[in-house]
Amino acid sequence: MEKKILNIQDLKREFVMGDQTVKALKGITFDIKAGEFVTIMGSSGSGKTTLLNILGCLDKPSDGSYQLDGVDVKSLNRDELAGLRNTKIGFVFQAYNLLPRTSALENVELPLFYNKTISAEERKERAIKSLESVKLAERFDHTPSQLSGGQQQRVAIARALVNQPVMILADEATGNLDTRTSYEIMALMQELNAEGKTIVFVTHEPDIAAFSTRTIMLRDGKIQKDSINLNQRSAKEALAGLPETDDY
Amino acid sequence: MSIINLLKIAFRALKRNKLRAFLTMLGIIIGVAAVIAMMAIGEGSKQSIRSSLSGMGSNMITIMPQSNEPGGVRLQGSSIQTLKMEDITAIQKLQSKNINGLSPVVSTSGQAIKGGYNWPTTITGVSPDYLNIRQLKLQDGILFSDTDVKRFAKVCLLGKTVIDNLFPDGSNPIGQIIRFKNIPFQVIGVLEPKGQSNFGQDQDDIILAPYTTVQKRITATTYLQSIYASATSEAASAAATTEISDAVRESHRLTPAEGDDFQVRTQAELINTISSTSSMLTVLLTAIAGISLFIGGIGIMNIMYVSVTERTREIGLRMSIGARGQDVLMQFLIEAILISVTGGVIGVLLGVTSAFLISYFLNWPILIAESSIVISFVVCAVTGVFFGYYPAKKASNLDPIDALRYE
Repeated sequence: MEKKILNIQDLKREFVMGDQTVKALKGITFDIKAGEFVTIMGSSGSGKTTLLNILGCLDKPSDGSYQLDGVDVKSLNRDELAGLRNTKIGFVFQAYNLLPRTSALENVELPLFYNKTISAEERKERAIKSLESVKLAERFDHTPSQLSGGQQQRVAIARALVNQPVMILADEATGNLDTRTSYEIMALMQELNAEGKTIVFVTHEPDIAAFSTRTIMLRDGKIQKDSINLNQRSAKEALAGLPETDDY
Repeated sequence: MSIINLLKIAFRALKRNKLRAFLTMLGIIIGVAAVIAMMAIGEGSKQSIRSSLSGMGSNMITIMPQSNEPGGVRLQGSSIQTLKMEDITAIQKLQSKNINGLSPVVSTSGQAIKGGYNWPTTITGVSPDYLNIRQLKLQDGILFSDTDVKRFAKVCLLGKTVIDNLFPDGSNPIGQIIRFKNIPFQVIGVLEPKGQSNFGQDQDDIILAPYTTVQKRITATTYLQSIYASATSEAASAAATTEISDAVRESHRLTPAEGDDFQVRTQAELINTISSTSSMLTVLLTAIAGISLFIGGIGIMNIMYVSVTERTREIGLRMSIGARGQDVLMQFLIEAILISVTGGVIGVLLGVTSAFLISYFLNWPILIAESSIVISFVVCAVTGVFFGYYPAKKASNLDPIDALRYE
């Protein structure tokens, strides 16, 4: 039996706004096993972002349980959540969120600064290795403004990888990119998945979801559909199939 | 999170905004430099006032006669004839450790004549100690000796003003004979010029001769106009005053019921008055400089607030990759302290440099006290913590979800 990375039981999240209570998540249950590539889909207002915040340990559920790599998230305080984010989760954001005027290498090193057990040499070594794995080894002294959007997102992925997390959590990671670059990023994600990384990818684009192994559809705070993707599309092939003129 | 990592993070953050960091620092630099330069000038002027007063003989004690009769016509001190040579002997007998010089003073004014030139001046009869007491120095020639005093020798020392007026041709006065009230005196020494006193008196319009000579040959008196003594140090002058007072009372055979028929004065009182004025000046200057340091601190707070708002997304990112609230707090606090302490170091250097430039170009006396450097440096670090804390606290309390999506 494969190891469960995530275990969610009847997860609920409510927001109190004035005298109104908004139910963003109305009881969600699913697990994610090690090595899965899951896309979470849903239209605007479906509770996608709320679920992502909880999965990323940025927010806590109002009710129900969430276990990440065997740790019950609900019982943790603010600082413990920060520690969990540092060691177990690698975030990739839509807007990259790289530090401006800071080299790619220093950006990738950043999560390791918040991990006391890692020495300065190890930090640099791991950052370089991480950049190599996203094929940006020769660019590590470039600042974000000297990199293209796709390259910036690859730096962000390298940053997510550097702490060797149990799960990469991507939030619309291809949202700011053109089709070709999106496919390149997805190809990289597939490659990392093939190496055994667990990936949770939040998106609203169905063609991106086709690259994953499993899709969870959210609607109105509930799971509408949870299906295994039997014919996973290869991003490399999709990239080869793109017409040359698309390259603008 | 280790302190080295925190320092690195703060340093990298400042490096990204070099100009802004420098401009923020400028407030602190100017504040610290001003404090140090102002204190250097204030302390320097205090020191120079003190030394110019000591030039008059800061340990000098003067004993003047005064009337102790409350009734009748009260006479001016100089016409009272109560101070005698016996008083000098009485003080000498004390062999006090607090007194290191003693001289009677007998003076009279008259016309000094040399050849075709004459000059109205004062001849002062003293003992050889007088030069040390008044901090007078010989520029040329020799001082009269105790033997000269015993033999009523007709020798004298001249001040610069007298020389200028009696020897306008610039010839060497030493060995020459001048006449004062028809008594011929041989000039054996020339005094170093002292210039005006703090009260505008010409201190060089002076002829010094043995007091015996003046008493026997010119004034034909036995009383003294005053007695000058010097204490071994400023601190000893109070003790010396009491000793002298007691000795003179005894020699005058005054009963405890009777008041003093003389008065004893020291320079220390005057010095204290004048240096307290200059202390006030120092405090005033330092306060003004301190205000500019305070404004520099507000500048830091302002920039740190702007910086926290501007870097909200960065803070959100840092939190999402594992920074705890405390880490963010420390990062911004250390940034503020780095700015203020670096500013402090540059300010100290600038302050010391400008103090030296002021003393070099304007010839103002300066004195840089180590304490002023230490104080302004500590104030700087405290400023950094104080004004950096609130913005840093604000940053650490941000919710990572809101911060990440902040536009």
